[in-house]
Amino acid sequence: MTNVTINPITRLEGHGKIEIFLNNEGNVENVYFQVPELRGFEKFCEGRPVEEMPDITSRICGVCPEAHHMASTKALDAVFHVDPPPAAKKLRELFYNAFYVADHTTHFYILAGPDFVMGPNAPKAERNILGVIGKVGRDVGASVIKHRSDAMDVVAMIGGRRIHPTCGLPGGVSKPISETERARIEEIAKSEIEFAKFTLKLFDDLVLGNKEYANLIRSDIYTTQTYYMGLVDDQNRVNFYDGEVRVVDPQGNEFAKYSAAEYQQHLSEHVEPWTYLKYPYLKKVGWKGLVGGKDSGVYRATPLSRLNVAEGMATPLAQVEYKRMYETLGGKPVHATLATHWARLVELLYAAERMHELSREPEITSQNVRTIPTATPDEGVGIVEAPRGTLTHHYQTDEKGLVKKVNLIVGTTNNHAAISISIKQAAQGLIKKGNVSEGLLNMVEMAFRAYDPCFGCATHTLPGQMPLEVNIYNRQRMLLQSLRRP
Amino acid sequence: MSNPKAAIYWASSCGGCEIAMLELGMNLVDISKKVDIVFWPAALDFKYSDVEAMPNKSIDVSFFNGAIQTSENEHMAKLLREKSKILIAFGACAYGGGIPALANTTSREQIFTRVYKETPTTDNPDGIIPQTKSQVKEGELTIPEFYNTVRTLNQTVDVDYYVPGCPPVGEQVLAVMNTVVSGKLPPKGSVIGASDKSLCDECKRVKGERKIKKIMRTYQVLPDTEKCLLDQGVICMGPATRGGCGAQCLDANMPCRGCYGPVPGVLDQGAKMLSALASNFDSENEEEIQKIAEGVVDPIGTFYRYGLARSLLRRAKA
Repeated sequence: MTNVTINPITRLEGHGKIEIFLNNEGNVENVYFQVPELRGFEKFCEGRPVEEMPDITSRICGVCPEAHHMASTKALDAVFHVDPPPAAKKLRELFYNAFYVADHTTHFYILAGPDFVMGPNAPKAERNILGVIGKVGRDVGASVIKHRSDAMDVVAMIGGRRIHPTCGLPGGVSKPISETERARIEEIAKSEIEFAKFTLKLFDDLVLGNKEYANLIRSDIYTTQTYYMGLVDDQNRVNFYDGEVRVVDPQGNEFAKYSAAEYQQHLSEHVEPWTYLKYPYLKKVGWKGLVGGKDSGVYRATPLSRLNVAEGMATPLAQVEYKRMYETLGGKPVHATLATHWARLVELLYAAERMHELSREPEITSQNVRTIPTATPDEGVGIVEAPRGTLTHHYQTDEKGLVKKVNLIVGTTNNHAAISISIKQAAQGLIKKGNVSEGLLNMVEMAFRAYDPCFGCATHTLPGQMPLEVNIYNRQRMLLQSLRRP
Repeated sequence: MSNPKAAIYWASSCGGCEIAMLELGMNLVDISKKVDIVFWPAALDFKYSDVEAMPNKSIDVSFFNGAIQTSENEHMAKLLREKSKILIAFGACAYGGGIPALANTTSREQIFTRVYKETPTTDNPDGIIPQTKSQVKEGELTIPEFYNTVRTLNQTVDVDYYVPGCPPVGEQVLAVMNTVVSGKLPPKGSVIGASDKSLCDECKRVKGERKIKKIMRTYQVLPDTEKCLLDQGVICMGPATRGGCGAQCLDANMPCRGCYGPVPGVLDQGAKMLSALASNFDSENEEEIQKIAEGVVDPIGTFYRYGLARSLLRRAKA
């Protein structure tokens, strides 16, 4: 048996490793995607004052600290049985949508976009943000940097810091915003809406108008049938900050709908000895290994998943784009992994529109942004949609509010099994009879980049190329061939 | 003269230090014209083997963020030390252990038990715990060893400079970059990219007498935004913490949690804060003092949140 190692796939929370084993015919026998890192938050947070959890757990991820901060803050509301004043809830949601605008912009233009804008086969020297700027123009490049930075300004205005926010408290947020700040946010939001519309148009022109890409999106290599998960509001529309978790089966029928407190009835996590990351799955379907389909509990929680579980978008322009996406791709649910990029842009438009709506709410500048909790703290679960998946924080405390137990199911982790499946499919589609196509490097990369910039951050950041290498070993693990991405 | 060669690496960290560098935006583009980046796994196509092949001391400066929590982290720290003229501990984790060093309040075994066996969603009837080497039917798979104790960078290799902060704030990152480019570095062992004074020195709040009768937790009070938080009974790490961040948490009406590490000349930030706080207790009566002190519900997690590995305590007894 021959062993192919791809090591390391760098990502923001550590490094990943892919081991590909070929059978005697030279076809792919099996693929192992390994995550070699662990921190131990579930243990070392014990004994901490629970109100400090938004500060501590934001350090799980420096790319999406806002998501951990918000899931944690919502868990605190539940732990202390306190309902924040309306302005506080709106400020949190505004903060959170601003974060989404920044995060989705980063992903499309810097991480994933180069594949589509420059093409999967473009020379790697061009397949980065600088190449994108060269193709779409310097003005557009400057606009990308400006719109990302403006959205981060809003995050800092409400959250207190650009990286690792500090505003979250049980029962509210630490400070209100002024009318001057509100007016600035409204101005930024208006511009973000235009920017999102421009981005969707760009995707139309460059991707959908190109037959090669359109075929790639629909190809079997990038199609996996799984369950889907995402937060929805009371009308089953996408919401990032609050609502109920809805799960649909591979046919698109509702399989489950649950509130944060009920998450344990629906999720379980499988452990393997060769990776530090667990595999969440749908408890009521069960763990059948790293396979898709209706009989396997593997689910996905991505931008595409959120659109698949929803019945629409809550803002008008995003709703039009939502309908157009499904009409173009042949109805719901869409199983094409690469369509996640399109779904992300629909969400970008929604986030910008939602920012704008919230910035115009009369009570958004209310000084009443805190309700001091009076109940004895005990236990609570907080759920938000992180850009990379449904994020669950669960805390139990003693009567003094010191943490006794913590459980976390983190954004990317939801997709751990599905990412492994997608990588295997890409490898199986490309490695035949011992011929490892050079295209494998980028095609495998594209399979996981659709899910998550945490795996893909390595790939297209300034001046960005993917540190991907395929080593082919024989059974004695002697190096036969080493390929670098072209 | 050719540009200085730089490397950027992350170990046990969240990635926030890398984002702090990317936040430089156009400034980063300018800096990249004056510095040749030879290794940056987050952004560039370079492999460990490329670094291994470099001559010793051929990298002018390496920025290392993250604590040392696995055998891979340690290997990379040693490798970059060997290859670099200057090694900089960048950010709270490399400097003091950061949040990951809170793992030193527990142990590897307790962490594994909690994560892989105990949590309510874990389904692990066979009690499987990840192993550094595993046999699968196709062959052997390996992952790095997870250490029982989290260490700082300088508890692992010799370090030249320290940049505090979780993460270091933008203007300080820029200042550090410009210092490195200019080549005008201070004496070895210096903390750079921060103030030489305490956070209180740059905090705009009005300081009173700090007579604390009762310690208040953040969720229990609506603090006055103009007055020192310690005057209002909220524990703020300002007196024991180095300035340089601009007191941004205080501007958001939240206390400092100490991410910029100890004030100059102090080794143990927690001990410094403890003594500062105790001297503010407003009582001469021992019983009363004891009662106020009970308001400090989590001394380790409060006073050593970002620096347990570097502190005199370092870790809980096994």
